[in-house]
Amino acid sequence: MSLRAHITHHVGALDLQVELDVLPGEVLALLGPNGAGKTTLLRCVAGLSPIDAGCISLGDVVLDAPATGVFRAPDQRAVGVVFQDYMLFRQMSVLENVAFGLRARGARATDARKVAATWLDRVGLAEYAQQRPSALSGGQSQRVALARALATAPEVLLLDEPLAALDAGTRATVRRDLRQHLDTFEGVALLVTHDPVDAYALADRVAILDAGRIVQTGTLAEVTARPRSRYVADLVGVNLVAGDVADGVLTTPTGARVVVADAPTGAAFAVIRPHSITLVREQAAQSSVRNSWVGTIATVDRLGDRARVGIVGELPLTAEITTAALDALQLRIGDEVVANVKATDIEVYPA
Amino acid sequence: MALAAIAVLFFALPLIGLLWRAPWSHAVDYISDDSSLTALKLSLICSLWATAFSILFGVPLAWLLARVQFPGRSIVRALCTLSMVLPPVVGGVALFFALGRRGIVGQYLDRWFDFRLPFTTAGVVVAQTFVAMPFLVVTVEAALRQLDGRLEDAARTLGASPWYTFRRVTLPAIRPALAAGAVLAWARALGEFGATITFAGNFPGTTQTLPLSVYLALETNPEKAIVLALVLIAISFAVLIGLRDRWFLRAERNSSQVSL
Repeated sequence: MSLRAHITHHVGALDLQVELDVLPGEVLALLGPNGAGKTTLLRCVAGLSPIDAGCISLGDVVLDAPATGVFRAPDQRAVGVVFQDYMLFRQMSVLENVAFGLRARGARATDARKVAATWLDRVGLAEYAQQRPSALSGGQSQRVALARALATAPEVLLLDEPLAALDAGTRATVRRDLRQHLDTFEGVALLVTHDPVDAYALADRVAILDAGRIVQTGTLAEVTARPRSRYVADLVGVNLVAGDVADGVLTTPTGARVVVADAPTGAAFAVIRPHSITLVREQAAQSSVRNSWVGTIATVDRLGDRARVGIVGELPLTAEITTAALDALQLRIGDEVVANVKATDIEVYPA
Repeated sequence: MALAAIAVLFFALPLIGLLWRAPWSHAVDYISDDSSLTALKLSLICSLWATAFSILFGVPLAWLLARVQFPGRSIVRALCTLSMVLPPVVGGVALFFALGRRGIVGQYLDRWFDFRLPFTTAGVVVAQTFVAMPFLVVTVEAALRQLDGRLEDAARTLGASPWYTFRRVTLPAIRPALAAGAVLAWARALGEFGATITFAGNFPGTTQTLPLSVYLALETNPEKAIVLALVLIAISFAVLIGLRDRWFLRAERNSSQVSL
């Protein structure tokens, strides 16, 4: 059964307005900066935060629709959640943690424990059944949290930053195990993360959430090939310029002009790759370069033989040049430079 | 250092004074005397009932104050913990005008049910609950505030009803604080004097608890007063020594784990 979430929800400074459809068997990653509303969106789907307006439904079952007064409490939804920091019950054994959902739904204790034991076995933690959660490592806790959520056979699985609390070493292993469990999971899976590596490894599709809006969806490759938000552009490490194209010139809202090639008229994004940018001390009298912007150097980050130079001015840019060039030109923070880019090096696509 | 020593002395001296003057040869007689035993028994029964009522009503109240956002919450909290700082006699007077025969509620209890609280054993329990419950409420509310609400969220998403969640997740997590709060409330109820004597009077067998009989004995038989006072001190001391380490320390350890 597919999940349909058309949500309007306000909480604090966040204004969440999202339309999301996820198919069964699909893993959708919600990727975005902190405070974008990712966790809030999960809480809405789980029923922990009733939505202000819109509708959340799972197949034919309406979970939350304020307009018609329908609201199913969290315990009336077939939704499993793996919380950030796992939220295991410390007073119970690992086995009782996994059996909790079934017992809460009225299963006999012995039956619930039997099912829980098979789940613990499936995540490779059978020998920890009688331990307290405090005896587990971060990776093991994550697996118990996953087993606990899956033991109730949910139709939707929500994972809130499932790998964020792990150190780099265990992260890769746990990520691979999680991938296997998600592969066999037949329901809808929603994964919140701020790490594109997790999204790439675990998700079929990503949705970029920024300031409460989904700004882009698609496979991670599609999304990163044509960024439509500052967040994705920063992730990929390119300069993203939004504006209107007319007569082969893109004009930004602040009035900067970018000469582009083969661009359709109308609202568009332009991607300027940092290594396409050349920096010169003074404007050349004659050049084939169509774009020259004057700016001031604000940051210089040396990375091996390369240096990323942040420039503020009419068009804020990050340029990537060799450290040899940086030293030859004697570029320092506060210096004025001219950034040149050939129009044919700029990729333009409609907004 | 010297000031601290003076403080210790300040607390130790009255106890030493009592021990110094205690009529050890007659101590057993005074304690096993009928009126003392009656008062002791009444004290224990009433204070345990008061503790039970404090738990029954105090835990839901603490939960309401900690978990539910509603307008005027801080006023409700102040109101419910007022009797902690109120002089107990004032509390007793207030109870009298609320639940006494002419009180706003008491007159109906009297008229409709032929039920009177003042000067009855039930009245003692009411007076003790009135002063003791806030200790439990404050302790349990603090523990509930420290508890990560997402633990309860997790239980709810796993299919647990609010009541099941409270019983199997919330309650076990706050158990040390609940125990500590119950002990504090019980100790407070056991030592209650002002509200009891104002609201319930001083009738041997029905409302004369141990603190009241200490006060009474002071006028007629000071030696007996000393012995009974020592009994109360011994009980309180045993509670503090025996339970403080076990429950208070565990509560601290739990709260530090929560914050991790």
